[in-house]
Amino acid sequence: MRRYSLTRLLKEAASGHQGWGRQWRAPEPKKEYDVIIVGGGGHGLATAYYLASVHGVTNVAVLEKGWIGGGNTGRNTTIVRSNYLFDESAALYNHAVNLWEGLSQELNYNVMFSQRGVLMLAHNHHDVISFKRHVYANRLNGVDNEWLSPEECKEYCPPLSISPDIRYPVLGGALQRRGGTARHDAVAWGYARGADARGVDIIQNCEVTGLKRHPDGSVAGVETTRGTIGAKRIGVVAAGNTGVVMGRFGLRMPVESVPLQALVSEPVKPVFPCVVMSNAVHAYISQSDKGELVIGAGTDQYVSYSQQGGIQIINHTLDAICELFPQFTRMRMLRSWGGIVDVTPDRSPIIGKTPIEGLFVNCGWGTGGFKATPGSGHVFAHTLATGEPHEINAPYSLDRFRTGRLIDEAAAAAVAH
Amino acid sequence: MLLIRCPYCGERPEVEFHCGGEAHIARPETPTETSDADWAGFLYYRTNPRGVHAERWVHNHGCGRWFNALRDTVSDRFVTTYEMGTPRPEAGSDVTRA
Repeated sequence: MRRYSLTRLLKEAASGHQGWGRQWRAPEPKKEYDVIIVGGGGHGLATAYYLASVHGVTNVAVLEKGWIGGGNTGRNTTIVRSNYLFDESAALYNHAVNLWEGLSQELNYNVMFSQRGVLMLAHNHHDVISFKRHVYANRLNGVDNEWLSPEECKEYCPPLSISPDIRYPVLGGALQRRGGTARHDAVAWGYARGADARGVDIIQNCEVTGLKRHPDGSVAGVETTRGTIGAKRIGVVAAGNTGVVMGRFGLRMPVESVPLQALVSEPVKPVFPCVVMSNAVHAYISQSDKGELVIGAGTDQYVSYSQQGGIQIINHTLDAICELFPQFTRMRMLRSWGGIVDVTPDRSPIIGKTPIEGLFVNCGWGTGGFKATPGSGHVFAHTLATGEPHEINAPYSLDRFRTGRLIDEAAAAAVAH
Repeated sequence: MLLIRCPYCGERPEVEFHCGGEAHIARPETPTETSDADWAGFLYYRTNPRGVHAERWVHNHGCGRWFNALRDTVSDRFVTTYEMGTPRPEAGSDVTRA
């Protein structure tokens, strides 16, 4: 891997920037790998990277049916935070925040991680009590979170209206200062480049169509649109298409796939200094470094793979945005889109073993997977390398839906599910 | 927004309806003898198909009645609607996707 540095930049400038080369190869699939990862999104690429960098497992392929980062990795609203209520969630998402903080240096790739703070607004008495409980629970778990009065919220985010006569007035907010945003494409590319440099084969335009198994039932490999590829272990990280892939493997999953929408405005000068989200009125907004307001909307009410959603869903979000930030009422929205997210019954992911020996799954991130990308990849790499879950992902077993030991994280993404 | 044909009221916009999830999921008839795995199947495991999906809808801002529908989850097109309590019709099997 050619490292990026000032010296390198100067050298390349002298030769007309002709020598940079590609960031990762486009290899033909080998006959067999130690580990195959199905799905080349952020989580899958991070898994491959940590398999190689932490566990020394480099005979790895990432199979992606389209192009890497072309699914939900490139469709989310790029928000990172870890202020979750339960111990299991705090451990998982804070693990991710810890990795985010050193990620650009580790990958030698600027993922533009910006800890500008995530402010969650309370609009009624129940919100206030619930968020304060979150703040206390977070502090006990070593997750930074603090309570702000409406005036302090206004000071932290000047565009916010704290007028008492709006329909859902702001009664306060919970602020996680370590939270923020990152550039989602760079996350996929940075992990892909790092994994590729350590020997991982990233194989795009390669759809997995079936599973090959040994006579004893354990995995032998996968059938793909580019032929049969052998594998000792397989990790499925296919987000909204997890149910489809697992269905081809003969397994049902406790997930349902629904469209989640987002939209961006025309670009403007820096006006919005942080991330603001509001569960009650359902607004979810930050400003990208390009200047666009990035707005997250909700999910549709039915199962769909259409990668678009109903107009009423984004209208509902814009109603709330316009009330909370009156200065944005005349801004034009440029684009809206949908991604297909796989939602579990308890809104927490599934990371671990499946009933098939050698087949592992990392799915069910629902509406909030981007923030967890490094942590998810890190613990799933451990699971694939050792065959057993890391202590952080042990509670996230598929078996919890049988035992009833759910992780009922209603605040998982803070958007309406 | 979808345009949905309520079998009782005709075509109405989606916002008048609520989707009740997958249809034809029967509660175990002998709860005390049902295994944990079977309970999990009833409570949490869904078909989630990429293709035709049988699901329940209620026209809650209209006649208030429940009905079943077959809908293609890729195009979101409704294939047909049918009465609660009747089995899934054959219609729509021709648009099943892989």
